[in-house]
Amino acid sequence: MTTVTPYRSTARDARDGFGQLLHAEWTKFRTVRGWVIGMILAVLITAGLGVFVAKTTLPSCSAQTSGGQHGPVQHGAACGQPFYPLGPGGEQVRDEFYFVRQPLAGNGSITVRVTSLAPQSQSVRAPWSKAGIIIKDGTGQGSAYAAMMATGGHGVRMQWNYTGDTPGLPGAVSAASPRWLRLTRDGDTITGYDSADGAHWAQVGTVALAGLPSTVQAGLFVTSPDYATYSSSLGSGSESGGPTESTAVFDHVSRTGTWPARAWTGDYAGAGGPTAMGVSGPNPPGYHQAAGRFTVTGSGDIAPLIAGPLNDGPAITVRDFLLGTFAGLIAVAVVATMFMTAEYRRGLIRTTLAASPNRGRVLAAKAIVIGSAAFVAGLAAAAGVVLIATDIARRSGTSVFPEPWPTELRIIAGTAALIAVAAIFTLAIATMVRRSATAILIVIVTLVIPDVLSAPPGIPTGVTDWLLRITPAAAFAVQQPAPQYYQVQANYVPSSGYYPLAPWTGFAVLCAWTALALVLAAYLLRRRDA
Amino acid sequence: MSLPAAGLSRARYGREILHAEWTKLRTRASTGWLLLAAAVLTIAVSTAADAAAACPSGGCQADPAKLSLSGVWAGQAVVAVIAVLAISGEYSTGMIRITLTAMPRRLTVLAAKAALIAGLVLAAGAAAVLASVLAGRLILSGHGFTPAHGYPPLSLGHGPVLRAACGSVLYLALIALLSFGVATAVRESAVAIGFVLGLLYLFPVVTSVISNQHWQRHLEQIGPMTAGLDIQATANLRGLPLTPWEGLGVLALWAAGALTIGALAFRFRDA
Repeated sequence: MTTVTPYRSTARDARDGFGQLLHAEWTKFRTVRGWVIGMILAVLITAGLGVFVAKTTLPSCSAQTSGGQHGPVQHGAACGQPFYPLGPGGEQVRDEFYFVRQPLAGNGSITVRVTSLAPQSQSVRAPWSKAGIIIKDGTGQGSAYAAMMATGGHGVRMQWNYTGDTPGLPGAVSAASPRWLRLTRDGDTITGYDSADGAHWAQVGTVALAGLPSTVQAGLFVTSPDYATYSSSLGSGSESGGPTESTAVFDHVSRTGTWPARAWTGDYAGAGGPTAMGVSGPNPPGYHQAAGRFTVTGSGDIAPLIAGPLNDGPAITVRDFLLGTFAGLIAVAVVATMFMTAEYRRGLIRTTLAASPNRGRVLAAKAIVIGSAAFVAGLAAAAGVVLIATDIARRSGTSVFPEPWPTELRIIAGTAALIAVAAIFTLAIATMVRRSATAILIVIVTLVIPDVLSAPPGIPTGVTDWLLRITPAAAFAVQQPAPQYYQVQANYVPSSGYYPLAPWTGFAVLCAWTALALVLAAYLLRRRDA
Repeated sequence: MSLPAAGLSRARYGREILHAEWTKLRTRASTGWLLLAAAVLTIAVSTAADAAAACPSGGCQADPAKLSLSGVWAGQAVVAVIAVLAISGEYSTGMIRITLTAMPRRLTVLAAKAALIAGLVLAAGAAAVLASVLAGRLILSGHGFTPAHGYPPLSLGHGPVLRAACGSVLYLALIALLSFGVATAVRESAVAIGFVLGLLYLFPVVTSVISNQHWQRHLEQIGPMTAGLDIQATANLRGLPLTPWEGLGVLALWAAGALTIGALAFRFRDA
């Protein structure tokens, strides 16, 4: 008996693993010259536009100006802007207020009663005018502080180091319902209390100001920010605004601890001095003390600067250099569309699906390939733009809104991720509709146009806000250059770089749309004949 | 389909080509839907802009005619697609070879296509613009654009408003011709649409960011969209970089340039 062994090839079976599928799709992408050129074009357009913007922005006057008005009134006139200091957190800040102060050596506390706070002009509303007590690391601009204050329209607040803000007692201050405020210093720790009657105190907040010297400046302050209104219609917007001035009345001033000076000193803390405020009210900024009552008038703000052409900070932000993102996105979307529709146009899809019958995996492989290619292109473009354009602008003396590095990193990585996910979104749409023209139209209308519409200050912000919440274009929020501050009234509009959604929330909206599109695309790819 | 050799007069031949192209355009389902989409998108965005506008007091510097026509910003995207598909659709299906076999006079074919597209867009654009102006008239008066604030109700009897409305219709037709020229040159629909829309939106986006007013003005003068939409302005005409008709002329130059390049490519290239 002999056993017959059937012939078996010694060559190993070709496996249809996901790795091979990825490799096949990558080969398809890499060997179509037009697609690779399209990706390179996307990088070049985005970077080129960023450099163009950096080169064509006017340098702002580097010297400190005084005597000129500042703020939103001088829309676009960078040269009229005064020099603004940096706060302890590295952000640009306004540090202008009327300060009635004494040095405080070591630990101690100060308590006052505020009985009135009103703007000088009846026609102006100043919801964020502030009157209260402050403990500050010297009189240097941008130095650390903590303060308890009554505000024009937001009740009692404790604020510190320009960006910190926490609410205390609600309601407006008046002679009938005064507000008692107290700050105590213990080492680096400052604690704020408020009270409606001077007997029952509630702690509002406690903050640690690192590196506070043993002798600090403490006392009363009053400030009142610029008001600005902006009404827009297509292509033209009108602005009105200007500085405001508020007066507050304090009494029952009491102190504990060591206060070496004999008397109070009143001066204007600010970059330009009181003349820079350009305010002419019945009472010039200053203070008047009689029988334990202090009447203090001040103007300015202690707050972070808000970026954008309609606000008081530098008009140019890193986001402006990235304005070419939309053009790069169009180029990437064209490539991503054709990455799918070319399969149908040439009939290649039948070969693809014959070689790899699991259609869902084909779609996944395509998505990974186009997403990765788009991510690399986006990262190169965004990193290049941010580094090169910022350098060009700084060298020509243009003041660019300074970004802490985590924000800069978020903008660069976010832009790359935006382009990558947008490419996958486009691929899914193209799989669903199969036709290039329809696919690219859907992507441009939903992803690019809402952002483009928001660029010129002029389209009513109600429309763009709404579009930038629900359309995939919400993802452009990852480029937002600075946070919105509840405690600073400003034009938080998309044209100034402020999106209605938080950066990663907006990005999540795009991801949700992409997930939905991918599921639908996979379903249709499976159910339909190719 | 008759060949010129069949003894047709030149004019008759032209009419035959026009008729053939009209049949192709008319019988494709997407043409009607896209024209409808262009009109609806224009009206919807215009209405939304009207509804979001406010003029709480006098002197709010708004331009109600321009505001009520702002849907053209979005509608033009669909118009561009209609024009692109008219030519690139033939390439993607291979129909172009049949077309050119039946009608070998390439430039006449191209002219017939361009004329039909422009005509269709003029019709859809007129409907969309009329509806947008009507919506503006009805909505804006409820948002503070009242005679008391210096804004009489929008009326096509008012010269500048009529010019803005007619100009917007012409604008859409010129956008269609520009897109048609580009699509003829590049043939691939996705590339053509991406290129046209990128070109249109690039200029307003760039000018909104740069602060150099010299550059800003120049870019607004040469951009097909920024210059072309000057035709919609009815207020503050002195502040415009170009007069309204000059602006539309710039767009016409862009369209003529694109058509020329497209025609040259179409005439001398293998289909």
